[in-house]
Amino acid sequence: MRFEAEISHRFAGFDLDVALTGRDGVTVLFGPSGSGKSTFIRAIAGVLRPDQGRIVLGDDVVFDARAGVQVPAHKRRLGYVFQDGRLFPHLDVTQNLRFGATRGADQIAERDVVELLGLGDLLERRPATLSGGERQRVALGRALLSGPRMLLMDEPLAALDGPRKDEILPYLSQLKSEAGVPILYVTHAVEEVARLADHVVMMQAGRVVQQGPVFDVLSSPDAMPFLGVREAGSILRAQVVSHEDDGLSVLRSGAGLLELPGVDAAVGDSVRVRILARDVILARARPQAMSARNVFETQILQIERGRGPGVAVVLGAGQDRLMARITDRSCNELGLETGQRIFAILKATAVSRGGIGRGSQSDAHKLTQA
Amino acid sequence: MVDAAAQTASLLSLRVAVVATFCALPCAIWLAWVLARHDFRGKAWVSALVHLPLVLPPVVTGYVLLIAFGRNGLIGSALYELFGVTLAFRWTGAAMAAAVMAFPLMVRAIRLSIEAVDPRLEEAGATLGLGPWRVFARITFPLALPGVLVGAVMGFAKAMGEFGATITFVANIPGETQTLPSAIYALLQIPGQEGPAATLVLYALAISVLAVLVSEWLARRLAARVGGNHAL
Repeated sequence: MRFEAEISHRFAGFDLDVALTGRDGVTVLFGPSGSGKSTFIRAIAGVLRPDQGRIVLGDDVVFDARAGVQVPAHKRRLGYVFQDGRLFPHLDVTQNLRFGATRGADQIAERDVVELLGLGDLLERRPATLSGGERQRVALGRALLSGPRMLLMDEPLAALDGPRKDEILPYLSQLKSEAGVPILYVTHAVEEVARLADHVVMMQAGRVVQQGPVFDVLSSPDAMPFLGVREAGSILRAQVVSHEDDGLSVLRSGAGLLELPGVDAAVGDSVRVRILARDVILARARPQAMSARNVFETQILQIERGRGPGVAVVLGAGQDRLMARITDRSCNELGLETGQRIFAILKATAVSRGGIGRGSQSDAHKLTQA
Repeated sequence: MVDAAAQTASLLSLRVAVVATFCALPCAIWLAWVLARHDFRGKAWVSALVHLPLVLPPVVTGYVLLIAFGRNGLIGSALYELFGVTLAFRWTGAAMAAAVMAFPLMVRAIRLSIEAVDPRLEEAGATLGLGPWRVFARITFPLALPGVLVGAVMGFAKAMGEFGATITFVANIPGETQTLPSAIYALLQIPGQEGPAATLVLYALAISVLAVLVSEWLARRLAARVGGNHAL
């Protein structure tokens, strides 16, 4: 389903002014707190009425300020997953799941949702007895079962601590391929962008500063100021080739074969590997007798100097790109130039478990094409 | 003889209080919801009007009722001509006086409990496809139910004890409008009737204590079922 939104809304602090055309798959609105992304998603849901603009979902105009159209939230058929779960405390998990399940012809069966989200053991419990992660899973199931034509997720993981996040992320990755509806996902965590997004929209102070396919946007040096230099990095599409006895897994990526510890995916599965720019080392000659396992011969596509002492170097990696952040001084001493052949070195342990996500079907498609 | 009179007065009081509570409750819930969840011009005036019987001397309220709903009153005469209904000096009038006096207490308690329901839950209900009425029926009302119960019990207690407005509006006719408080008052006017009056006091005490105990028990059960008003 296509959606188009063009929204202007005035706040005390700033003006929100966003125009967005959404498509199938996962569109992630990414930006710092207060950038207006929650306001935007609330306007789509119909729980906030923007000052100006127009919102079209599929063929329905659900909001048009000029024509005075404002379809109320309960008639928009959108599933909304809130940051704070919002389960109904007077109902048990089953009743919560079925709460909105009376409408919609193309519902996913309750059974499937319970299985998909691993809710089988929770069905008779009350929300008060659930952990934060369990609550979010129930909230997700409740939204799915309401037969939505699109899922809106407003920082669904932000209220959870690290381990709880890791508990839910695999479900979200799974959901992404099985929900069958477009997802609009709001977050300020780059990790979630890297693992879930097909399309990413970066927002700052109420404006869209960048948008495009996630692989392009994250691997672009232009994104660095918004991500912060510590979080900047690229995503590689990869396919699991084998799991070795010593715990290392071998993956095929556009850059070459990757050896990474303990990848949690079956042989043949496509995954996304997020590689932070600060974890990539560059060398002019192939290094010898070195502990790092992953050395790729590649080509410099772009060198971008920022305001600080750092330089972002974009490297080709098949259909993807790899980004390295090195100091300006190193760059000068190595005499790096665009088009040069170079060796990129990646420490196997640099990629954390959280940095590896299940790939989507579209990812796999692109990998085989490449 | 005392026992028969006491029973008559007690039963009448119960009937008046029950009818008053059940008639006032739906209006009180609706008005409490309007005041808790909506902003409109003149809201302060509506709120003040509702609370008026709480701050006015009950005799004044009774007098206003008499003027409005008496046989010659503006509304009272219309009621009589259209439906043949008389309120003044009838037990139905006593119920009405009790309802009017109990109403502000009920609205207050229920409004507080509705305000305590997390509006974010109602918002979640809307995103799940529920219109405003179903959001109220399936989310707001069940979560506010303990407070609604408190409101009903307070209203009932007030209706049982109402004296000033009742005696002004419907007088003190044994068997028709003589409720427990009116009967006690009447007995205390006659020297040497302290004994029978004490019996009535005991009746009043018993009914009130029983009502409070039942509501406590219900409230505890409801609270356990609802398990808090907040989003989880």
